[in-house]
Amino acid sequence: MSENLVNIKINQKEIQVDKNLTVMQACEIAGEEIPRFCYHDKLSIAGNCRMCLVEIEKAPKLVSSCTMPLMEGMSIITNSEKVNAGRKGVMEFLLINHPLDCPICDQGGECDLQDQAMYYGFDKSRYKENKRAVDNKNMGPLVNTIMTRCIHCTRCVRFATEVAGVPELGMLGRGENAEITTYLEQSITSELSGNVIDLCPVGALTSKPYQFKARPWELKRTDSIDIFDSVGSNIRVDSRAEEILRVTPRTNEFINEEWISDKVRFNYDGYYQQRIDIPYIKKNQKLSSSSWEESLKILKNKLKSLKPLALVGEHVDLETGYAINKFMSNFGKDNVECRTDNQAILENLDSYRFNTPLNEIENSDLIILLGTNPKIETPIINHKIFKAYNNNSRIFNIGENISLNYQTEYLGEKLSNLNNEKLIKALKKSSNPLIIIGSAFLNKIKNIKTLKSIFSFADKYNVITKDKNNLNFLNPYASRVGQLILGNTTKNLCEPFSKLKKEKFEIVLSFGSEHIASEQFDNCFRVYFGHHGDEGAMKSDIILPTPLYTEKNGIFVNIEGRPQEAKKCHNPIGSAKEEWSIIKKLSEEFSFVFKPNTFEQLRSELLKKYANLSNLNEILSNDNTSPIITDIEFEDCKTQYPINNFYMSDIISKNSVTMVKCVEEIIPTPSLLEKSA
Amino acid sequence: MVLKKVGGAQKMLNTKDKVFQNLHGFEEPFIEGALQRGSWSNTKEILSKNQNDIIELVKSSQLRGRGGAGFSTGLKWSFMPKDTGKQHYLVVNADESEPGTCKDREIIRNDPHTLVEGCLIASYAIQASKCYIYIRGEYHYEYVQLEKAIEEAYNRGYIGKNACGSGFDFDLYVHRGAGAYICGEETALLESLEGKKGQPRLKPPFPAGVGLYGMPTTINNVESIAVVPTILRRGPDWFKSIGVENNTGTKIFCISGNVNKPCTVEEEMGIPLKELVEKHCHGVEGGWDNLKAIVPGGSSTPMLPKNVCESVLMNFDDLKANGSGLGTAGVIVVNKNNDIAEVIERFAHFYKHESCGQCTPCREGTGWMHRMMQRLVRGEISPEQIELLENVTKQVEGHTICALGDAAAWPIQGLIKNFKSELISKYNKKLKAS
Repeated sequence: MSENLVNIKINQKEIQVDKNLTVMQACEIAGEEIPRFCYHDKLSIAGNCRMCLVEIEKAPKLVSSCTMPLMEGMSIITNSEKVNAGRKGVMEFLLINHPLDCPICDQGGECDLQDQAMYYGFDKSRYKENKRAVDNKNMGPLVNTIMTRCIHCTRCVRFATEVAGVPELGMLGRGENAEITTYLEQSITSELSGNVIDLCPVGALTSKPYQFKARPWELKRTDSIDIFDSVGSNIRVDSRAEEILRVTPRTNEFINEEWISDKVRFNYDGYYQQRIDIPYIKKNQKLSSSSWEESLKILKNKLKSLKPLALVGEHVDLETGYAINKFMSNFGKDNVECRTDNQAILENLDSYRFNTPLNEIENSDLIILLGTNPKIETPIINHKIFKAYNNNSRIFNIGENISLNYQTEYLGEKLSNLNNEKLIKALKKSSNPLIIIGSAFLNKIKNIKTLKSIFSFADKYNVITKDKNNLNFLNPYASRVGQLILGNTTKNLCEPFSKLKKEKFEIVLSFGSEHIASEQFDNCFRVYFGHHGDEGAMKSDIILPTPLYTEKNGIFVNIEGRPQEAKKCHNPIGSAKEEWSIIKKLSEEFSFVFKPNTFEQLRSELLKKYANLSNLNEILSNDNTSPIITDIEFEDCKTQYPINNFYMSDIISKNSVTMVKCVEEIIPTPSLLEKSA
Repeated sequence: MVLKKVGGAQKMLNTKDKVFQNLHGFEEPFIEGALQRGSWSNTKEILSKNQNDIIELVKSSQLRGRGGAGFSTGLKWSFMPKDTGKQHYLVVNADESEPGTCKDREIIRNDPHTLVEGCLIASYAIQASKCYIYIRGEYHYEYVQLEKAIEEAYNRGYIGKNACGSGFDFDLYVHRGAGAYICGEETALLESLEGKKGQPRLKPPFPAGVGLYGMPTTINNVESIAVVPTILRRGPDWFKSIGVENNTGTKIFCISGNVNKPCTVEEEMGIPLKELVEKHCHGVEGGWDNLKAIVPGGSSTPMLPKNVCESVLMNFDDLKANGSGLGTAGVIVVNKNNDIAEVIERFAHFYKHESCGQCTPCREGTGWMHRMMQRLVRGEISPEQIELLENVTKQVEGHTICALGDAAAWPIQGLIKNFKSELISKYNKKLKAS
């Protein structure tokens, strides 16, 4: 028998479990359900709701199972009269000051308190005194509070402190007068703040935009992927008819655990604002509505005579990218570019993806942030770095001196600050160092030797070893890694766009990329495939409506190289057509080969060609590694961060009323010091 | 000072057997007086003993913790891990907030050197080079006295580097609380000492393993620590000779309420309650027959009706056998001129006010119990609701993180157990009147 196991009895049934578990976890393994409110897998143990009481033989009192460690020979009883009475007592206490306003509560139908009251509640209240009422707290535009419903489980407090890393929630007062509050009556300054809504076991913290919108049983659930950053958080989109009503996380231990960023959770109202619903053609410098036949005819004629370039935007799925690639190859080579932000890459996968699996970031003992602000670019990765920080990892920052929710050691703004003595000393001591290089540098690299030097630097200080590669490239765009794998890029490794100037493209097809509005293409005929009326669309000569990611199926490869599927939730708005079908139609006009007749056929052709992508939800293996050069030389490139405003990073968020409110209420909160100054 | 004998044939505790010779403050409390009373006389010799031997001596004296729970002090010390290389801590709980209790106040005020010396010896025994005394915020005068005594001890080299020339380095700090009753709970005290909100921690882990700042910690009451030097000086056998098996030594009792002369007095552990009241307090106001009930151990313990008070002995085991507890030995006497329900309602209010709000049964239950008690006082509670009240106390008891829930429940349980018929007649009377 292994040393790590203990023999225990649960309801007289003998079982062997890991000795490091708690009684509650052991009971779960044994199939005994234990009710709980305050306990949560991802948070520290509080043991304050007392709902999980169990009886342990020879113990005089009932014990809370979430806090109790296992001991050899322990005999646990979960279904005795005493246990039931204890839980019923606790349930009664929770309910006496709970308003029982379930009919008007947004949590109704998915409320832990409601569910468990069905098992442990009394049918009549024995409480004849006045109930407590608590003032609602202002928690900003995202989280609605009805604090009278609060049962003081402190999950939100622990989340804010331990996961979000902003200790801005707390319990004030004592006893009956204890209240959960944000202290200063303002929203918590975290990009993950919306997760307290899911954590709250009752209706005290609910979603403000979703308030009074729907009941959970009315909603259709669709599994999807967060495309507003490159992490690929797993989400669940809840819709009713042709409208998305809310977005919540799906658990994926490898990526987002149980959290999602506020952007994807709340920007769904932007899905329906400023939508392009019919084709438009520019006539006399003015866009006017048109039909598919007319616009495609003009496009066909232009394509016949002009040299085309395709731009692939930030929200483009793999299938669309594949269709674009297929179509453009008929016009020559090097005429598709997805690196609209000038990202520098080498040929291999390991030079543009996050090579460390996301769930292993926390094991690192030294992290160097090179020109990246993970807090607003990828909040989930920021949370993983925060976890590492809590495990006593040192965090160094090169680039702008950004403020994060943990302490960093700032080394300067130039890449050459990597040679800082303090850093080198720490690197030599470190057993598992990790580098994250972000777009702020990558987009500005002029000499490809610099990128190669970073590889050499990583190799020199054991960031890259035989078994692991902890040199990570971070960009905030959901489509980027997938499109690069498909080869939707030109041969220029760095500064692709300044080099493209030399090639005289005459017609630009943009698939959701605002870069089409750049002056560089002023002399070109512009064609825009997109769903929102952004600057790119305004400047274009033809606009063709395409569906949003929730209106079609598609695969996205996340930053670590993990293909995941986003599923269609409802039909496209207006007469929008999926990009591949437009391309199919054009191909037929030109008599190009384009075999797939349906989306499924397109996907299977794609997965046949790129067999390694067919393992959905698995990280791609990387066979080739980038070469290591001997001399290290860093150029002095300026930094430019890709996202300055978390809530306004893309056209969908810019059109979201909720996100606008966030900008108004969350971002300009000057600290008290500044206010007084 | 010799106490004036009142009635009673039994002998009183011999003056020379008193640990706290200056409990009443008639002598000099500071170093000169303390030296005269024997403090610091052979501390170096005691510190030359093996640490385990000291623990064994304290164990064999059968000293039980004076803070309320009555756990063997020596045994508690023996739970401390040995030679861990970690910083160990002794924390002395001087957050004496239990209603009806003022024994630690007298010790610190009038005989602070017994405590300072006790801290040194106890810390030595558990290998703690640092000791914190967490003193109740309201005890400002006592804080000043204690700080002065500590300064004196430092100046004379009794504590500090190479304490008493023993080679043991020892530092003693005093930390003032901010007036929360819950901070007298040992783990809430540690939280408060660390600068956090005073809320009890979950046990396990126990403080002996993971205590102050995560290090092995022993937490003792002031009285438990302050008697240690005398025990070691006079020997455990002397201590054991006072009282009965398992309830040995002397104990400070604080008697308040409806007595002619409320007082704090050191007596033999196990003195009959009646004798304590009659002899030291000159009896109950209006005579013994005017007695209604006595709360024997601070507000947390259930009250004893008059018939039990006649014969019960003031020690841990006998009080427990009679359905109450020694607690902190804060004896509160209630005579028939008072409404007993009103007394308990005041207790319930206290617990409602002091509940920390962390765990459900106590947070919600104390308020519920208090409101029902308020109605009970007004005679607005029917017999069925009295049963409900009792049921609520049972739902709180034993289901909370710390003992505050139990402490809030017990007085009410005691009330209903002993005076139920009276409560019912109160209701009937009110019913008739209306």
